[in-house]
Amino acid sequence: METDALLEVRGLSKIFPGVKALDNVDFRLDYGSVHAVCGENGAGKSTLMNVLMGIYQRDAGEIFIHGNPVSFLSPRQALDAGMSIIEQELNPVPEMSVAENMFLGREETRIGFWMDYKAVRKRAAEVLEEIGVKINPAIKMKALSLAQIQLVEIAKAISYDSEIIIMDEPTSAIPERDAERLFRLIEVLKKKGKGIVYVSHRMKEIFSISDTVTVLRDGKYIGTKPTRETSRDEVVNMMIGRKLEAEYVKSNTVTEEVALQVQNLTKRGVFENISLNVHKGEILGIFGLMGSGRSEFFEALFGAEPADSGEIYLFGEEKVHQKPHDAMRNGIALVTEDRKKSGLVLKSSVRDNISLPNLKSLSDGPFINRRRETEAVKKISDQFSVKTPSLSQIVSRLSGGNQQKVVLSKWLLRAPKILLLDEPTRGIDVGAKREIYAFMSKFADQGNAVIMISSELPEVLAMSDRIVVFKDGHKVGERPRGDVTQEQLMRMASEGLKEEESSRV
Amino acid sequence: MFNSIKQEAMPDHIGSRRQRIGYILAEYGIILAFIALVIALSFASPYFLRMKNILNVLRQTSVNALLAIGMTFVILTGGIDLSVGSVLAFGGVVAASLASDALFGPIVNPFLAAGAGLLGGLILGSVNGVFVAKWRMPAFVVTLGMLSMARGFTFIYTDGMPVPRIDERFLVFGQGRFLGIPLPVIILAVVFSLSWVILYKTRYGRYIYAVGGNEKSAKISGVNTRFIVFTVYVISGLLSALGGIILTARTTAGLPQAGQAYELDAIAAVVIGGTSLSGGQGALSGTLIGALLIGVINNGLDLLGVSSYFQQVIKGAIIIGAVLLDSFRKRD
Repeated sequence: METDALLEVRGLSKIFPGVKALDNVDFRLDYGSVHAVCGENGAGKSTLMNVLMGIYQRDAGEIFIHGNPVSFLSPRQALDAGMSIIEQELNPVPEMSVAENMFLGREETRIGFWMDYKAVRKRAAEVLEEIGVKINPAIKMKALSLAQIQLVEIAKAISYDSEIIIMDEPTSAIPERDAERLFRLIEVLKKKGKGIVYVSHRMKEIFSISDTVTVLRDGKYIGTKPTRETSRDEVVNMMIGRKLEAEYVKSNTVTEEVALQVQNLTKRGVFENISLNVHKGEILGIFGLMGSGRSEFFEALFGAEPADSGEIYLFGEEKVHQKPHDAMRNGIALVTEDRKKSGLVLKSSVRDNISLPNLKSLSDGPFINRRRETEAVKKISDQFSVKTPSLSQIVSRLSGGNQQKVVLSKWLLRAPKILLLDEPTRGIDVGAKREIYAFMSKFADQGNAVIMISSELPEVLAMSDRIVVFKDGHKVGERPRGDVTQEQLMRMASEGLKEEESSRV
Repeated sequence: MFNSIKQEAMPDHIGSRRQRIGYILAEYGIILAFIALVIALSFASPYFLRMKNILNVLRQTSVNALLAIGMTFVILTGGIDLSVGSVLAFGGVVAASLASDALFGPIVNPFLAAGAGLLGGLILGSVNGVFVAKWRMPAFVVTLGMLSMARGFTFIYTDGMPVPRIDERFLVFGQGRFLGIPLPVIILAVVFSLSWVILYKTRYGRYIYAVGGNEKSAKISGVNTRFIVFTVYVISGLLSALGGIILTARTTAGLPQAGQAYELDAIAAVVIGGTSLSGGQGALSGTLIGALLIGVINNGLDLLGVSSYFQQVIKGAIIIGAVLLDSFRKRD
């Protein structure tokens, strides 16, 4: 085929049972360029990368590298053909050195089996030097920060002589300063003629480093634009295919009465001197990056990992939460960040999950009253319109949105007064999101209070009456609704600027 | 009662006849295998289905079934109890020492002697429980240590000698009959029923499944997870000692070397019964069938005159086969 592109994809489709994950996608990557691929969760970005790397097999379409048709059956073949991927979740071997990690599976040996550590270290040092990364190849991987691990991964890709480097959400877990370092490295790679596929949904990054941007939505190819000739608004509109506002439902009214007040809550080394309050009828947003202590703050409030010092007042009365049961008795419910890890018992049924924190009230003495249990579970799951074939369905078989509704059902059955929501809409579809926003508003409006942790800036801005910002275990700011922008929040969270400073930005 | 082995509704996407048959095979494979084995043995040996032999199999199975029931509680929480065989011996000799004049002189009431044996099992089980639940040590390590320690205590207690001359009244626990049914079988029936009620009708039972399925989630839901974990080791210790009492009464002596390697048959019964070693999944009825299957294999092959060497091979193959079946079931 005639093409002068480094990588060209035509009419690529991938079908999973019941879903067309990729539908007729076109894509072209030039030598020495950065091509951003963006789209919402579930748009098909990861599927596309997995097909390119040979992890999934395509159902239709063609892929060309240097104009030659290719068809990879495994990531190994893709690597050999000059294509590498830096995964969103990095999996280094922490106890091995940087050099050993870089050359894992391609170790230098003498007489076939004797490990030549020196040669491996030397080659690793050469590659790191070549791309200007200052990391000692002899130190153990576990000593590095996430950002450094990413740089090592890139060095690894270079050491494979990769012409094409795919980066999947590379900045999702690293602070902004380290991201700058990554961007400089990308510039270096461009000059060497490499092609970078940059998967992200962060507009700021896309517009600062990419040459071209391609948008996917619901597995469909929406379009490709030179970055210089498009705007953020245009890309966002392509991504969501509709106006932004319609997504959120906000209708609660804040009252004067304080529902929950926290004074100087401290867990040494995790978060310190956190003071905040939330009123009846209010939705308080907490924004912070990973590792800012936000989820740990919830766990302390809820008694799952009790705080070392500080006070908690509920409706004016001081309370001590040493275990979750204490907080539950006082009318608090916690929807955790990771429903699979701590929100649900995945192998158990919808019914068993919903009734778990409510069994005491559903029992006569030690015996569960099965009829009362089924009635209560049915009623609450209908309220949340949980879509399940039956209450005996194992929850792991439900969609993310329905799983989240099961978590909400199990807590709402307790009729709590204060709801702690940690990333309540992560990984769920737009329809379910909307239902959850509507529920939050309604719940608050009934004289209850909500505290919501979220790292989705639009969500925080749209749903919160006030926003508190966490950084490195400290509260670095608090703003009323409508008085702060996405950029200001991001700066406060990543650089810890106090309100006065960031408002000058 | 057996419907609890089928923990989930048949998935909707299973449509074709062939898939349906495969599903039923995977879901009820062990019961079918058990029935097939019984039919085959009844043809192979006319003696097999006689009432006398059936009761014999049940009696022989009862001790392992008791240990396996305790083991089910432990494994459902994601743990393991390797000390059951040693705790069995300890409980057995403690009870024997009080039901005989060989060690201390006066013979006590048989129920008191049995109670002392159970207390011994309770204490050792509690020690396991404290180390696993409170100090968060791996159950494998703790109970491996207890396997050795409890055996040592048993030998120290009896000075390595069997405890002979057990009181006639005590022997009833192993040799007595009620309406023609051996007492160990009746004890097993009672323990099974109680355990079934605890696991499937009480809050406590639901918490056991929740802790094994996802401890963090159970904790966040207000469950006192450490207490739940502690108690399952106590239950296992108690049932092991109960097994020891029955065994002592059956063999008419407190044998310090009793129950060696019994933990393997107990774990095998649980695994054959479809309970997941990672916790949170499984059923008590499966364990009972697993224990019966092992009992029937031993008995049937004995009747057919198959060497005990072959019996071990066959038992091992069935364990692996059962788990293989299980992994097919979970793959859908």
